[in-house]
Amino acid sequence: MPNLAFDTAHLFAGGLVLASFMLLYQDRLTSLLNVYAVHALVLALAVAWQADIQNAPHLYVTAALAFGFKAIIIPLALRRIIERLGIHREIETVVGIGPTMLAGMALVALSMVVMLRVTTAAAPLAREDLAFALAVVLLGLLIMVTRRNAVSQVVGFMSLENGLILAAAGAKGMPLVVEISVAFSILIAFIVIGIFLFRIRERFDSVDLAALDQFRGERR
Amino acid sequence: MALIHDLAVQFAQMLVVLMLAPGLVGLVRKVKARLTRRRGASVVQPYRDLSRLIRKEVVLAENASWLFRVAPYLIFAATWVAAALVPTFATGLEFSWSADLIAIIALLASARFFLALAGMDVGTAFGGIGSSREVMIASLAEPAMLMIVFTLALIAGSTQLSTIAAFMNSPAVGLSVSLGLALVALVIVAVAENGRIPVDNPATHLELTMVHEAMVLEYSGRHLALIELAAALKLLLYTSLIACIFAPWDIAGPEAGLATIAIGAAAYVIKLAIGGALLAVFETAITKMRVFRVPQFIGAALMLGLLGTLLRFVSGGF
Repeated sequence: MPNLAFDTAHLFAGGLVLASFMLLYQDRLTSLLNVYAVHALVLALAVAWQADIQNAPHLYVTAALAFGFKAIIIPLALRRIIERLGIHREIETVVGIGPTMLAGMALVALSMVVMLRVTTAAAPLAREDLAFALAVVLLGLLIMVTRRNAVSQVVGFMSLENGLILAAAGAKGMPLVVEISVAFSILIAFIVIGIFLFRIRERFDSVDLAALDQFRGERR
Repeated sequence: MALIHDLAVQFAQMLVVLMLAPGLVGLVRKVKARLTRRRGASVVQPYRDLSRLIRKEVVLAENASWLFRVAPYLIFAATWVAAALVPTFATGLEFSWSADLIAIIALLASARFFLALAGMDVGTAFGGIGSSREVMIASLAEPAMLMIVFTLALIAGSTQLSTIAAFMNSPAVGLSVSLGLALVALVIVAVAENGRIPVDNPATHLELTMVHEAMVLEYSGRHLALIELAAALKLLLYTSLIACIFAPWDIAGPEAGLATIAIGAAAYVIKLAIGGALLAVFETAITKMRVFRVPQFIGAALMLGLLGTLLRFVSGGF
């Protein structure tokens, strides 16, 4: 098998982009959370593979963190939140799924074009990882922009962060301390957002962020 | 000698696809019946239906034009030629060198064009509704199919099916996420193009759901037999296409001896049976979707194809 290491890395990173598209495609909150768990699982696999081919044992820790926190704890916690809020029905999207998907494809193409032009000096593996990571980050932003529900915006934010981890794993030599602190800051961000969700709900009887706009007196 | 060999293989293939196509339909129906705990008709029932239909008298509507009478032959011919171009048990097909994957898509598209015209020809409401839905589905499925072809062509370096099959059989394939995306997209397109369950129900005559059945409602006798046979051939074509691209094991190469060809033929029949059984399981497991959700379903195939092409560009860029 020629170039198995490269092909497998490509497979996992491409799988992460695909999982981002699946996030973009979902129209129910519970399935959105399931897909997010898959997203984190693919990230853990990708990072573990990078650890293997780069001989970097500390990346295994990153993979384990990604698996433990993001594939298990955060989806379970989010699921409890949406059960307590009673909102496991449809997500209100700002624009339809079709245009969103097209915008997503355009973003992927953009990130490929940009990254492949910019990083001509880097090793092929890192280059490819960076291109995919940028695509995942942009897709995460797109999810946040096109969803009006606060919980799905949280999922978009988390998937964006997965893209950052992928970029960090591809570029050699990110210290472990940084990894761990990023993981914990994400957890703290998650807790803060969780508290805010309940505050928003108490205040406006809904987690639809359009209510916030009205509250600030913005016109639509 | 090579020419005679290739021609012999080609004609054998044309006969084999024609013989096996109704059997595949019968098999899918039988497995579906068994899965829903019915006994189901025999696997050879479609052959009996066809022979009965051929012997029956043709009833034409009064205002049917010449197109209505010619269309079944055109549809059948185009589909048969397309099915003859896909390597089934051997790759050294004589015609295969004159037409590639894009030509197959074009042949199927022209068959569909005439079917849609014939559906509208008599002027019944059902025919019109069936044609308009068929064209809506096709307008999404065809770009998706072209994206799949681009992905495959970028990977294998050719749109020639024999070359693609040979490449997929070699160890040079490696592991590629683009191929997986292309496979999923191709399955979705195949389901949509053949009017199988999430898109259309081939077993119903309920006007709200039917697409293909609505278009052929006015046909009878040998015309109906030809159209049914063409539909069966199309199902066989897509199954063989998936088998030839993604499971090309034991397919006989060019200049192969009789023994290799026999092994290839046995493997092909097994692959077809597995494909048919999988289709039946898939159809039993899910429900028919609303017509207005179909664009989303096929849009996913288009997106997967596009993504596959993009990802291929990244890894192919070095």
